[in-house]
Amino acid sequence: MHELGIAQSVLDAVQAEAATRNSKPVKVGLRIGELSAIDPDALRFSFEALTAETDLQGLTLDIEFCRRRHRCLDCATEFEVKDFIFDCPQCGTNRNECISGEELQLAYVELEEYEPSTA
Amino acid sequence: MNRVPLEKKVLSENDRVAAELRERFRQNDVLVVNLISSPGSGKTTLLEKTLEALPRTERVAVLTGDIQTENDANRLKRSGFPTKQITTGGTCHLDARMIDKHLADWNLGELGILFIENVGNLVCPSSYDLGEAAKIVLLSVTEGEDKPLKYPSIFFKSELVIITKTDLLPYVPFDIAKAEENARKVHPGVEVVRVSCTAGYGLQEWLQWLEVKKTAVRQEAESYV
Repeated sequence: MHELGIAQSVLDAVQAEAATRNSKPVKVGLRIGELSAIDPDALRFSFEALTAETDLQGLTLDIEFCRRRHRCLDCATEFEVKDFIFDCPQCGTNRNECISGEELQLAYVELEEYEPSTA
Repeated sequence: MNRVPLEKKVLSENDRVAAELRERFRQNDVLVVNLISSPGSGKTTLLEKTLEALPRTERVAVLTGDIQTENDANRLKRSGFPTKQITTGGTCHLDARMIDKHLADWNLGELGILFIENVGNLVCPSSYDLGEAAKIVLLSVTEGEDKPLKYPSIFFKSELVIITKTDLLPYVPFDIAKAEENARKVHPGVEVVRVSCTAGYGLQEWLQWLEVKKTAVRQEAESYV
């Protein structure tokens, strides 16, 4: 259960980005891999707890969950690994590398449209 | 809406500190291993036996993490090697900053091997790079042989799986071949060592793994220069 710390790291990064652009964040996008040891539901819960009754209340969290994918070293086919079966569905060999599934990545932040002051 | 692509790791600050640590370990030719397991799998006992077995001339130190108490450090200090307790006060894992802080008054140039004993937890420590050369996961025979399947992240990220308490195999329904098969399902080709600290089985194999790793790290450091 370290999702609370992860949520705080996300919020720190979002606030830093918003501050440099002098704007208010409204949405943040994350990519969470199935091998990242992060539970998306626990992360959402932590995120809501940390933003409640703060300036960031209502900030939307968009999580893209990334399945474990491997690339065959023999024929370059990319495939999802299910039930720990590592054989290439194309050529049948089991020499391959992990290309996705470990993500714990900040993908984007959406900020309020900047409106030049008319005053 | 104004979407700004960020594309950076959530733990980029931890990773930055870890990268600095890794560079310092490389410059000082220190092998750093990060031991991870459930509570009670035998990390401290393995370290006790390892420290006992290593020659007094070996320059070894230990950082041991727990939520509370100095008990583990007190156990390991009996070896005579420098040992420091990191009490996290509630945090369920060690992070790079804690390592950096606790290394502050040690001269890395005087060290050959640094063992980091993480907080007993199979989940959270897998997310935090500590600048180590290798993560090592322990699994004891009193646990389930399906643990690698239940906690794939840490078994995938570890270079070595140590199966501990093997002297208890006659008394527990633990299928050790199945446990190894499960570990290799999650992490094809991962090395496995079977150890009993009580009976002394497998300790030589584990020490040999350390020796090989130390040589590999040194060669890597030399090729870098």
